[in-house]
Amino acid sequence: MKKLLILGGGTAGTMMANKFRKVMDREEWEITIVDKHRTHYYQPGFLFIPFGIYNRNDVIKPKGDFFPSGVNVIYSDIDRIEGEKNVVHLDGGKLLHYDFLIIATGAETRPDQTPGLNEGLWRKKIFDFYTIEGAVALHNFFKDWQGGKLVMAISEIPYKCPVAPIEFVCLADDYFTKKGIRDKVEISLVTPMSGAFTKPIATKMLSELLKEKNINVVPDFYIEKIDNEKQSIVSYDEMEVPFDVLTIVPVNMGSEMIERSGLAGDLNFIPTDKETLQSKKFENIFVIGDAADIPTSKAGSVAHFAGEILFENLLNAVEGRPLTAKFDGHANCYIETGFGKGALIDFNYDTEPLPGTFPLPGIGPFGLLKNTKVNHYGKIMFRWIYWHILLKGKEMPIEADMTFAGKRVPYKQ
Amino acid sequence: MEEKSIAGVNITLNEEGYLTDPEQWNEDVAKEIALEEEIELSDKHFEVLNYLREQFLAGESLSIRKVGNAGIVNIKELYQLFPGGPLKKSSRIAGIPKPASCV
Repeated sequence: MKKLLILGGGTAGTMMANKFRKVMDREEWEITIVDKHRTHYYQPGFLFIPFGIYNRNDVIKPKGDFFPSGVNVIYSDIDRIEGEKNVVHLDGGKLLHYDFLIIATGAETRPDQTPGLNEGLWRKKIFDFYTIEGAVALHNFFKDWQGGKLVMAISEIPYKCPVAPIEFVCLADDYFTKKGIRDKVEISLVTPMSGAFTKPIATKMLSELLKEKNINVVPDFYIEKIDNEKQSIVSYDEMEVPFDVLTIVPVNMGSEMIERSGLAGDLNFIPTDKETLQSKKFENIFVIGDAADIPTSKAGSVAHFAGEILFENLLNAVEGRPLTAKFDGHANCYIETGFGKGALIDFNYDTEPLPGTFPLPGIGPFGLLKNTKVNHYGKIMFRWIYWHILLKGKEMPIEADMTFAGKRVPYKQ
Repeated sequence: MEEKSIAGVNITLNEEGYLTDPEQWNEDVAKEIALEEEIELSDKHFEVLNYLREQFLAGESLSIRKVGNAGIVNIKELYQLFPGGPLKKSSRIAGIPKPASCV
């Protein structure tokens, strides 16, 4: 028997298990997936928890529900990968051999990487919403909060779901308006980037939106530490932003297991060919999702599009053919903007988000870089699509490669 | 795009003032661009600039954290050398493209 081993049973790993089990002969290929947790989190839903729109039960299901039959599932921590020997060491000493390995161990938030973050005010006045615990704690805090300075800060690039902090401040504006205390809440978005987003046309649209909502953007702010006593965040060039409540995206890093395996690049992300998705170090290792260092968003949509490419290329590699499928960095993100509206962006390595319609040129129903009600429904529907179609590796009506159809390039100003 | 003579060399710059061809760069060019940013280059500056060029020419992507971990300066010192946007300014002075922050 030949062995395909998948490390990580999150969004990307689960999709891969489903896709490969369908096409790989069961007599010929054994497929095994390893994850340390038994619960699958619908991470895009975390954003809604602080505002009471979703609760814990809306975003969790057992992982086992989404793995196909005919796949071995092992719940265990992973000690390390030994790429030279095609073997993975689990905690406790168990060995797993492989012919091909897919790494889908994702990214995790690391509050320990920022001095002062993990200290006195953590989960009291400082929260994250990238973990279920943080999102629920923030919800409890907001219930009784009477107003003050609300700061949403990003620690480091890259981080999961780049639009989430923008969505967070928009939903906070909505939430506190409906609560009748918006005039007592000062909302700021603090970012190490030079604007609300990285690419110029989307930044312009989003900056105007934030301005309309009276949300202050503090750009080029690179956090050195948190001053718990003064309740402020401090940058490397000694600027300070005071807060009454801080919501923060902690530094995101790849798994420490990657470092122990000698596969780590910057921040423990894995050096990966951005087109073929093959590890730069071992030909029989492929990397998908947030674990890879490819220069695009860390987001489920990217894992989905990349999954189609990885699927083709791994089959190419099995047959000894060249890796002909090329990933273009395609990402597609709904942006909740509050008051029942949303925006949508669609982009790749080379093309910034442009205005237009999606997925049908000229028809939509979704408007790209436009703030509409329909886009909001798209985001809400997506939770159902995620659980029932995406994780199971079923066909989605969207191509893996980004298309220019339906997009417009605005005149340069 | 703009053609400009800097330190006696004909240089092509993009709209944001970054060199379009890193091969047109030399240390005198760096000094003159640095003056536009009101920075006088020391040996330490050049160590950073040379590291940036090496990494760029090797196809590596750059981040402030990565430069801070390279063993030349820490992040705080990097900010002191290139105040206000250290990676953007140092890249411009090093004659390499503006670092793309990919999120």
